[in-house]
Amino acid sequence: MRTAKRFALLFLSAVCLITTSAFAQWSSIAPGRLISPEDLAKMVQSGKEKPLMLQVGSRMLFLQAHIPGSEYVGPGANEAGLQQLRKRVEGLPRNKFIVLYCGCCPWNHCPNVKPADDALHAMGFTNVKVLYIADNFGTNWVDKGYPTAKGE
Amino acid sequence: MGVGVYSYRQSRGTRTDSLVAKQHRPAPDFTLPLIDGGQLRLSSYRGKVVLLDFWATWCVPCRDETPHFVELQQKYGGQGLQIVGVSMDDSPDPVRTFYQQFHMNYPVVMGTADVGGAYGGVLGLPIAFLIDREGRIYAKHIGATDAAVFDKDITTLLQTR
Repeated sequence: MRTAKRFALLFLSAVCLITTSAFAQWSSIAPGRLISPEDLAKMVQSGKEKPLMLQVGSRMLFLQAHIPGSEYVGPGANEAGLQQLRKRVEGLPRNKFIVLYCGCCPWNHCPNVKPADDALHAMGFTNVKVLYIADNFGTNWVDKGYPTAKGE
Repeated sequence: MGVGVYSYRQSRGTRTDSLVAKQHRPAPDFTLPLIDGGQLRLSSYRGKVVLLDFWATWCVPCRDETPHFVELQQKYGGQGLQIVGVSMDDSPDPVRTFYQQFHMNYPVVMGTADVGGAYGGVLGLPIAFLIDREGRIYAKHIGATDAAVFDKDITTLLQTR
């Protein structure tokens, strides 16, 4: 009986740990401020005015594949990347619709989007969305057949 | 492209999360600069089993995998395993620091978008390819992969002559 209790406790702890880890980044960016690949792809294909889309991850990944019309501004994980981001948006109205994305790694491991989102928030931007990429840009965007561009 | 069966391993978003594809196409050859000077040509390792790891210093799952690769190189290097790291960092400086910190015992080159494209696009990290002694891709592991999975594949490949 005692062994069963211990096992149950261990199991519950493991579940809590995995859940906490997997949704760490999800919970730190409000779900209402996320945009799905499907919704953004529709927006890109609509022909209407598009948001300013900024890739805040790896340049090497951007060169291989990125969302058409998006710009590379540097990794949000380091200060140099954040400075480039601030410089890119400093002259924009604070209600400008901006979409940040990365896709370097699974969502809960991405080191880039949260700091970039925080930086825009600190500058007073009120209409920022973050592209929710569960696994990586290849799996959740390119392999889905959504519009993709290569190069600079 | 000779892509075979894909399968998810265990739970998504954890260290054991990986997508594996069995492939049997020739591994695209490349010559890339080593982080400590000189060049590395992949085909110079023909006859060895090669674990080609696309990674970056800022990639958390990649960082987690590195100590396991160091162990695997130590364990199987004498039997014909050669791990090669392809860094997708934008500059070599953080890679050199990382190399020292993690006591890496295998060569690391600076990757390019062209080489990533030749391997079907490295559009997420880490991605590791296991290459047999004949220079053919045996498996592609997308995402963090358990060391035991690599160990099994490596021992299988090392047995083939």
